[in-house]
Amino acid sequence: MIKAILIFNNHGKPRLSKFYEHYNEDIEQQIIRETFHLVSKRDENVCNFLEGGMLIGGSDYKLIYRHYATLYFVFCVDSSESELGILDLIQVFVETLDKCFENVCELDLIFHVDKVHHILAEMVMGGMVLETNMNEIITQVDTQNKMEKSEVCAGRYCRSTCSCCISCKEHEPPGNAQKHQHWRHKHKSAKFTFLQIVAARS
Amino acid sequence: MALKIVKGSIDRMFDKNLQDLVRGIRNHKEDEAKYISTCIDEIKQELKQDNIAVKANAVCKLTYLQMLGYDVSWAAFNIVEVMSSSKFTYKRIGYLAASQCFHESTDVIMLTTNQIRKDLSSPNQYDTGVALTGLSCFVTPDLARDLANDIMTLMSHTKPYIRKKAVLIMYKVFLKYPESLRPAFPRLKEKLEDPDPGVQSAAVNVICELARRNPKNYLSLAPLFFKLMTSSTNNWVLIKIIKLFGALTPLEPRLGKKLIEPLTNLIHSTSAMSLLYECVNTVIAVLISLSSGMPNHSASIQLCVQKLRILIEDSDQNLKYLGLLAMSKILKTHPKSVQSHKDLILQCLDDKDESIRLRALDLLYGMVSKKNLMEIVKKLMLHVDKAEGTTYRDELLTKIIDICSQSNYQYITNFEWYISILVELTRLEGTRHGHLIASQMLDVAIRVKAIRVFAVAQMATLLDNAHLLTGNTQRNGICEVLYAAAWICGEFSEHLENPMQTLEAMLRPKVATLPGHIQAVYVQNSAKLFATVLKSQEGDTDSTAAQEASQLMIDRLPLFVQSANLEVQERASCILQLVKYIQKLQQKDVEVAEEVCALFAGELNPVAPKAQKKVPVPEGLDLDAWINEPPSESESEDEQPKAIFSKEEPKHSRPRHTEVDEKELARRREARKQEQANNPFYIKASPSSQKVYQEAPGVEHIPVVQIDLSVPLKVPGLPMSDQYVKLEEERRQKARAEKKKKEKKKKKEKRSGRGKKHDSGPESEEDIAPAHMVDIVTEEMPENALPSDDDERDPSDPHKALDIDLDKPLADNEKLPVRSHRAVEIQKSPVEDGERENATSEEPKKSSKEKKEKKDKDRDRKKSKEEKKKKKHKTEGKKEDLLGSQMDEPVVQSDETNEVAAPPASTSAEVSDLDFWLSNAPVPSNTQEVATVAAAAPAPGAPSVTAPDSEPDEPKDTEIEELKSSKHKKKKQKKEKEDKEKKKKKKHHHHHHHSDGGGEESVQNGTMEEEEPLPPMSNYCLLAENNYIKMVSDIQGNLQDGSQVVVSVIFENKCDSFLKSMEFNVMDSLNSKLQRPDGSSPHDGLVVPFQLPPGVSNEARFVFTVQSIVMPQKLKGTLTFIVKNEDSSTHEKLDFKLHFTCTSYLITTPCYSDAFAKLLESGDLKSSSIRLEGVNMPFHHLLARICFHHHFSVVERIDSCASMYSRSIQGHHVCLLVKTSGQTVTIDAKCDEPTLLGNVLDEIKQTFSQC
Repeated sequence: MIKAILIFNNHGKPRLSKFYEHYNEDIEQQIIRETFHLVSKRDENVCNFLEGGMLIGGSDYKLIYRHYATLYFVFCVDSSESELGILDLIQVFVETLDKCFENVCELDLIFHVDKVHHILAEMVMGGMVLETNMNEIITQVDTQNKMEKSEVCAGRYCRSTCSCCISCKEHEPPGNAQKHQHWRHKHKSAKFTFLQIVAARS
Repeated sequence: MALKIVKGSIDRMFDKNLQDLVRGIRNHKEDEAKYISTCIDEIKQELKQDNIAVKANAVCKLTYLQMLGYDVSWAAFNIVEVMSSSKFTYKRIGYLAASQCFHESTDVIMLTTNQIRKDLSSPNQYDTGVALTGLSCFVTPDLARDLANDIMTLMSHTKPYIRKKAVLIMYKVFLKYPESLRPAFPRLKEKLEDPDPGVQSAAVNVICELARRNPKNYLSLAPLFFKLMTSSTNNWVLIKIIKLFGALTPLEPRLGKKLIEPLTNLIHSTSAMSLLYECVNTVIAVLISLSSGMPNHSASIQLCVQKLRILIEDSDQNLKYLGLLAMSKILKTHPKSVQSHKDLILQCLDDKDESIRLRALDLLYGMVSKKNLMEIVKKLMLHVDKAEGTTYRDELLTKIIDICSQSNYQYITNFEWYISILVELTRLEGTRHGHLIASQMLDVAIRVKAIRVFAVAQMATLLDNAHLLTGNTQRNGICEVLYAAAWICGEFSEHLENPMQTLEAMLRPKVATLPGHIQAVYVQNSAKLFATVLKSQEGDTDSTAAQEASQLMIDRLPLFVQSANLEVQERASCILQLVKYIQKLQQKDVEVAEEVCALFAGELNPVAPKAQKKVPVPEGLDLDAWINEPPSESESEDEQPKAIFSKEEPKHSRPRHTEVDEKELARRREARKQEQANNPFYIKASPSSQKVYQEAPGVEHIPVVQIDLSVPLKVPGLPMSDQYVKLEEERRQKARAEKKKKEKKKKKEKRSGRGKKHDSGPESEEDIAPAHMVDIVTEEMPENALPSDDDERDPSDPHKALDIDLDKPLADNEKLPVRSHRAVEIQKSPVEDGERENATSEEPKKSSKEKKEKKDKDRDRKKSKEEKKKKKHKTEGKKEDLLGSQMDEPVVQSDETNEVAAPPASTSAEVSDLDFWLSNAPVPSNTQEVATVAAAAPAPGAPSVTAPDSEPDEPKDTEIEELKSSKHKKKKQKKEKEDKEKKKKKKHHHHHHHSDGGGEESVQNGTMEEEEPLPPMSNYCLLAENNYIKMVSDIQGNLQDGSQVVVSVIFENKCDSFLKSMEFNVMDSLNSKLQRPDGSSPHDGLVVPFQLPPGVSNEARFVFTVQSIVMPQKLKGTLTFIVKNEDSSTHEKLDFKLHFTCTSYLITTPCYSDAFAKLLESGDLKSSSIRLEGVNMPFHHLLARICFHHHFSVVERIDSCASMYSRSIQGHHVCLLVKTSGQTVTIDAKCDEPTLLGNVLDEIKQTFSQC
């Protein structure tokens, strides 16, 4: 079982935290901090396994991590998981992110943490490995994004939301994005007139 | 209203979305907290709006803030709102938020049950997927119970995407609701052979996870996993299976033997390091489980060790780490093969990677022997000196102590050396393990009598140099050793060379800076030393030394009397008074030494760590009962301060009393002794032994300390433990020489004490004589200690509840809570919101009802379990008898009929299946399956022939689960046949997901030996058919509700078009009614919850209520549907007649012969009988037919005569006595309802007239 998946940067700022067991927020933060301290002081060319910290785990648990540029990907797993297997899984995860975000960088994770969660949900479910085939993961993620997009486009006039905006911004050609902006302006002005009406009535 | 909506949507345009929030936080680095709190206020406003999009946006932001450590549980209800949005976009946001912040104590979770159920059955697979993903994170026992059945249905979903998620989440459901494990397990097992590799992998994953905690329940799956292992190419699956085998082999050594060969093949063939590593690991587990070393196994060990060496020598640090990890497992059982790689491991100690060094340390632990202990510890001591980080050094320290103290100091030959090592370790800067060293010192000094003189001398030196250890008391863990030093010097003060000097050292003013618990020991032990000084001076004419000692005590103790620590203060004031009194006596030249020594008389024996736990609670003693009435809250609060005050009063005044009433003292002492003598738990020893050892308060660092150790050492300059290494070498050589001499003399000598260490040596197999007489005192246990209670599992472990026997067939009452018309209701609800609300309000009622049901069920289950246990014993006994004499006949019978009648029979069959599988000689992996089957054939009459992996007791759905395994077998066969007939390659529905032919063949093999196989049978009969669609149906009574029958209808699309909008409707009669959702009229049809692509079939269930069950009846019904082509769509309808036979009200219920006999004797039953002529089939076929078609079970069968039993859903008993002679079959029947009986008999007659 995987107990937790953490992504944080070289300064220990959390970029994603997924706990498959409940902790309250304070403990979660402590765990992230502790894990960061454990992991960050290790050299680059040492092994990727680490006996768990005080807070998370115990003797049966291990931290398995990989360090990519500015980000640490840390999995806390128990003895039923294969160590090398989890290392592979982290690699699959990162490659999937790379495909989904097109040259993923830390900023993508910062601004689209929800998307990262959705991708992760296709790989690991409730602490158990769900899918390890990258193509399958990407297919599922894409289909869901398309569904989201179609819902958004259907109700764009008055129902577009945050995440829809992202998807429009990201996936639509620039022309469309401008159109989207245009909509925003239109609404802005609409609000203006609306305010004027209210003023006139009173 | 419209205005409001417009306003909402316009406002929203200015809302922050997640990106804006993140950007904002990044722009407010200085006042982040303040910025976020304003954002949270905004979010609260947004959540108040009606617009779901705004809410979703707010919830999305909250999820981000949750990651930053903000508590967002206050928004739980809003999250539920967003989850229940009909839009996937919002739903996903809601479920994500829920999965991040819901947990068991989130109370709104109970509101989600219906929503989740709706999502689970959504026609959109991603709605279902999102719900499953979310649920996996926050499933609670209630949710698990309520949704278990829905999830189980999803395990057979047409989409592998859903199937694999449903399979995985079942693990979480099992954890929260263990009752679901048994009903769901057969289907889970079925998923091991799912055509989709993802689903298969998920099933393997779940079963591995289950088996890891309770391996013995999964042993019977070994053959199936074995097959998977030899056939699968998915490394993930292989790794999991191999890991699982690692957990199973300890329970079944024969399994290990079977595994070795395929595993070694894999080791040789695979290129994946992860797989190789797991194989090696499991081979190691196998080797551990095989106690006796067979010759070819040493080859396996060699292979493993050799592969591991390659891993360890690899430049990849990860492989090195894992290699060491696996090596440590081999070490436990085959230390010899690892010891040859000592060089490599010592080399790893120098690795720059701490994880690797730690693993290497672990290995060292097992590699020591009497021979090399000193050498290894010397190496480690060098590392201790070199290590920079305190954590690693602390680890080294504990390892050194572990290594030396393991198995009762087994490898230590020279305890002087060990004490010096411990003393050297006290020089460690800033270690946290002072108490560990201290406890070792105490342990050794107490348990090795011979070492006490030396230990005391060393401890005296330590005490003398205490100032070096206590440089910085605040952060100093090492001063703990002074605790041990003081105690040892006091307790064994008779060995001290210069007690006066030590006494002086212990009473230095500096001591007052030590932690309280250490000071207390100092004070107490100074009294012991004082007693020793007095004793040694006794008889001397010159008593100045004794008087000096008294004076010293009187001078120094007042310092401790002022201590803030109660313990120190109390002891000091006590002792001070005592000494003052003694001084008076001394001045009168009274001899007091004897009496003072008596204070501390007695030997201290070590007590086993679990001694207290093992004392049995005396009969009639209830530890939880109050001895007195518990004081009320208010009373205790009032009185406590007073008590403290009054107690403290005399204490403070005590120092002022210069005289103590000696009588009183003696009396008290006497009373205490008496009490101690009577107290069985009191360890009779010196009073100090009662002291509880305390952990040092957070101490971490001390500056470098160099102790001048030249005093006790004969060779100054050298670190002292080194000297022992040299000495040891010499000693061993001498001993060897001695031994040779002695051998010549052929004279045996006893082990000698340490004084004569150089002139004797026992004949130890290692040729190394311990330098001391190592009389390690065994730890005391109370006289009536209870035997082993060691490996108690943590009661809170959720896996404990999952320790469930899975081989036992399901009992009738074991099924998951089912909601009738679930599918249909759900199908409707997304359409109309109003109706959904209806359902929501209805939910609590229903669930409470379900709870009640569950309770009842639990009770039933307990009963039935007990019964089963009894029965199991019986059958086992019976089996043994039978094995002796007439093998063939009865066993076949049990194979044929007992399987139907008595559930336990198949348990034993399954066990023996495993035995059989295991007893097979290991065969090459790829021909395994064939070999099993082939070997099965020539074993006549053995029930074990059925290969367990083909044991077809996987129920196809909840209803069918009630039936006995034989039925499934037949059903499966029937399906198989159907499949063949139709030549339909597309197997969309789960019913058709069968294992490959191999399994099927072996089933037949199992039944073939004596009597010809049963013809395929099916209870599904044709309902109606036209060019588009074919309906077959089966009718089953519902045991849980005496007035319900469930009709399962399989719809099969026969045309090339898409069939949709199917509606099933039946004209209700007075007696029987189709159950429709609340609020619909009795003429409404029910929507079939699926559509049928061309060539696909699927099953739907409909529940009917019936009032009287004694008469058969027919109901007219219609199915309407739309046939959709590319260009056109037409409405079609199909009429059918649903035939409720009396048989369909009967439920297969096992009955034991004694109960059956009682039933017949009771005289309440009316009898009737029929004769069947011209029945041309074997008797066992006849019985099987009755069992299968008419839901009977066989109670007993003797030759051509059998008694059978069944029960109706309303509790009527139906008993049959079937006799056959030639082609005539007579059936005598008894039932408490003659009409029902008549109808049932008619139906039986009809069944046989048809064939």
